[in-house]
Amino acid sequence: MSHASIETRRANGAMPRRPQERIVTLMHGAGGRAMRALVQDTLAAGFPAGAPWAVGLEAMDDGAAIPLADGWLVVTTDSHVVHPWEFPGGDIGRLSISGTVNDLAMMGATEPLGLTSAIVVEEGFALADLERVQSSMTTACLEAGATVVTGDTKVMGRGELDGIVINTTGVALARSVVRDSGLVPGDRIVMTGTIGDHGIALMAARHGLDFDGGLASDVAPINRLVRLALDAAPGAVRAMKDPTRGGVASALHEMAEKSGVGIVVEAERIPVSPAVRSAAEILGLDPFHIANEGKAILGVAAQAADAVLAALRSHPRGADAAIVGECIDRQVGRVILDTGFGRRLVTEPEGEPLPRIC
Amino acid sequence: MPETLARDDVHELKFRDPVKARALTAAIERVLDEIGRDRVSVMHVCGSHEQSIAKFGLRSALPRRLSVIMGPGCPVCVTDMPEVDEAVALALDGKVVATYGDMLKVPGTAMSLAEAEAQGGRVEVVYSASQAIDLARGTDDEVVFFASGFETTAVATAAVVLEEDMPANFSVLSAHKYIPPVMEIVAEMPGTNVEGFLAAGHAATITGSAIFERFVERHGIPVVVAGFEPLDILAGLLKLVELIRDGSAAVANTFPRCVTAEGNLVAQERLWRVFRATGGNWRGIAHVPNGNLRLRDEFAGVDARRRFAIDLTPLWGHAPTTLLQSCICGDIMAGVAAPTDCDLFGKECLPGNPVGACMVSNEGTCKIWHQYGGHPEL
Amino acid sequence: MCLGVPGKVVSVEGQVALVDFFGVRRETRLDVIDEPVGPGDYVLNHVGFAIRKIPAEDIRETLSLYELLLREAGGDMMADDVRGEIEAARGAARQEAARA
Repeated sequence: MSHASIETRRANGAMPRRPQERIVTLMHGAGGRAMRALVQDTLAAGFPAGAPWAVGLEAMDDGAAIPLADGWLVVTTDSHVVHPWEFPGGDIGRLSISGTVNDLAMMGATEPLGLTSAIVVEEGFALADLERVQSSMTTACLEAGATVVTGDTKVMGRGELDGIVINTTGVALARSVVRDSGLVPGDRIVMTGTIGDHGIALMAARHGLDFDGGLASDVAPINRLVRLALDAAPGAVRAMKDPTRGGVASALHEMAEKSGVGIVVEAERIPVSPAVRSAAEILGLDPFHIANEGKAILGVAAQAADAVLAALRSHPRGADAAIVGECIDRQVGRVILDTGFGRRLVTEPEGEPLPRIC
Repeated sequence: MPETLARDDVHELKFRDPVKARALTAAIERVLDEIGRDRVSVMHVCGSHEQSIAKFGLRSALPRRLSVIMGPGCPVCVTDMPEVDEAVALALDGKVVATYGDMLKVPGTAMSLAEAEAQGGRVEVVYSASQAIDLARGTDDEVVFFASGFETTAVATAAVVLEEDMPANFSVLSAHKYIPPVMEIVAEMPGTNVEGFLAAGHAATITGSAIFERFVERHGIPVVVAGFEPLDILAGLLKLVELIRDGSAAVANTFPRCVTAEGNLVAQERLWRVFRATGGNWRGIAHVPNGNLRLRDEFAGVDARRRFAIDLTPLWGHAPTTLLQSCICGDIMAGVAAPTDCDLFGKECLPGNPVGACMVSNEGTCKIWHQYGGHPEL
Repeated sequence: MCLGVPGKVVSVEGQVALVDFFGVRRETRLDVIDEPVGPGDYVLNHVGFAIRKIPAEDIRETLSLYELLLREAGGDMMADDVRGEIEAARGAARQEAARA
């Protein structure tokens, strides 16, 4: 087929663009702006309003919070799909417990009352593998001090599903709720550890990159770590978010936009493991865009930042915690990176980050 | 325990000392003082230069009167629509199209490969040409490697095409581009005010720096080959403004750790054994004589264009958007216009839904300006 | 346009080298490199292929090239100011390191 023919048709120019059917694409699932738009415009639209919820769907936070007589009932739900289902540092079972426990924790609800587990599995999935998934879920529950209280199981035909999907829902009580929108100018931005570990480990496994050494997902429940931070300076943690899909870049943007502040972070202070830094460089990826599954970003009142940092560092999962930046009253909604060479805006990823050659 | 490098080695090899960077920037400032004009324009022809400039925030540190224009240095951006169409048609026809991640969102006449995948096409992202071969080894289906990139990347494609035990179900759809010819086009574009070129260090690692000698003679402007670390770029820019100050049309190499005058002769031999240079359209720029790399006749059996009757007719129901006629990518890549001069910029043309080449890739000027804000006051 | 990453060769087997990229190791093909490489050599990797052996002395050469460029462009008050700043910054960094 020659190019000439299509060029000619185009030159004749008569054809209108056929209106393409709007369909869901992978970009809608990547945790960035496209996904937020899909949720806001379609999936979260039209539900009856008016329930006396302090934090509901319209807040687009990590979960919902329902006021009780004494405190809050926090609810969150998350479906977990990951390919491959087992990856360096974890598997879908560990991910499904950690993800939901962490979403609760991000609202300040660090002691889960109970979790549900709904599993959809493909015909042909090895029972031994299912036992491994179950055992990982158990281990993660023990680490979190949580347990599964009810569940559901469905099996679908071969090829109708890619292996296994797990949905978990979590409920917890909280005396006070922390939002992702509570930052004020002057607040310090604290990261609980190195960034990019989960996404890079997964990508290496997914694209058969055979990186030898050092890469493992950070997937873990961090509710106990978060509790230490909250107790170190009561009321001083003004906002929290776990930088999962879309990475630190999306999480910081969302926090800046919802809070009405600008955020400046310093590249030199951001903890990145040498292995992740190198792998990201080889693949042409920005660690800011890469998913984490065992980390949190905290906005902390300036005078309490050191105390919160010390509390985080006292826990093994917070050993690399660092104060990486602060909130400003200018550049509202923007995230600025000071590279040491100059300053630039941090971009949000569009779709799932992919290895680049250039 | 594996032996690992000391942190000092990393710093040494990475050339990322902000203090030295400030000294280099100050030196550039001083040379600009000596030149005395309120604007000096240079062009780099390498998306990775732009990427580094953006990633490290160098533009905010460089003197305003030094205009560093991004030229046609992104092979992904300049991949023409009909080339994407061919890959899309193959993917929708049940072939496994393996390609670099950069290519997924590049718009074709009807759709990008990402959209083709959403509609059931088979697309696999690979990091290396070797991975595409491995894919073919693991299946009976036809695997087509949609190969993009400049000569640096084409060398890797050449290496796998020359493999002795290449699987029979593997073929190559080449969208490789060759950069020296397009520099001629840009240098001759009417209205261009480019006074010097920063040439791409990794492409020159293959071709050698001497390849630019004739260009310099013909056009009377200097070319500096530069690397990609922040210090490499600043050192390259410093050398370039010095040559401009001295009125010296010469080739200089500030990336000697990777680039020699003659280049990598083994790689060149592989490259030209497998590919020939032929003319073709570069999206948004022009027809570039000898700008495309296509497989030679000896490799017709591996050439997807000859192996398959690629049928583009199913895509003909879709005409390209008429917005393209308002797109000024060509002028932007020639350095005579800025993204903000374009009516579509930030309105109809956005990173998620790009119209022109410059909004397509991470390296595109428009995309970078859209995301980083050109010269934002931060 | 081409992403290139330097690394250090750990071992070589035929046309494939195991390369340490400062934290991760990865196999890199040697088909198109123009010099023999062995353990300890630096190479430049692009899309899984080594395209250049980087002699250690060339790294030093690049650094001295920067120094030379700076010297050529320097020699006045401004450059001296900058050198002063460099020294001050280095001193501060040393103090910081000492505190930590």
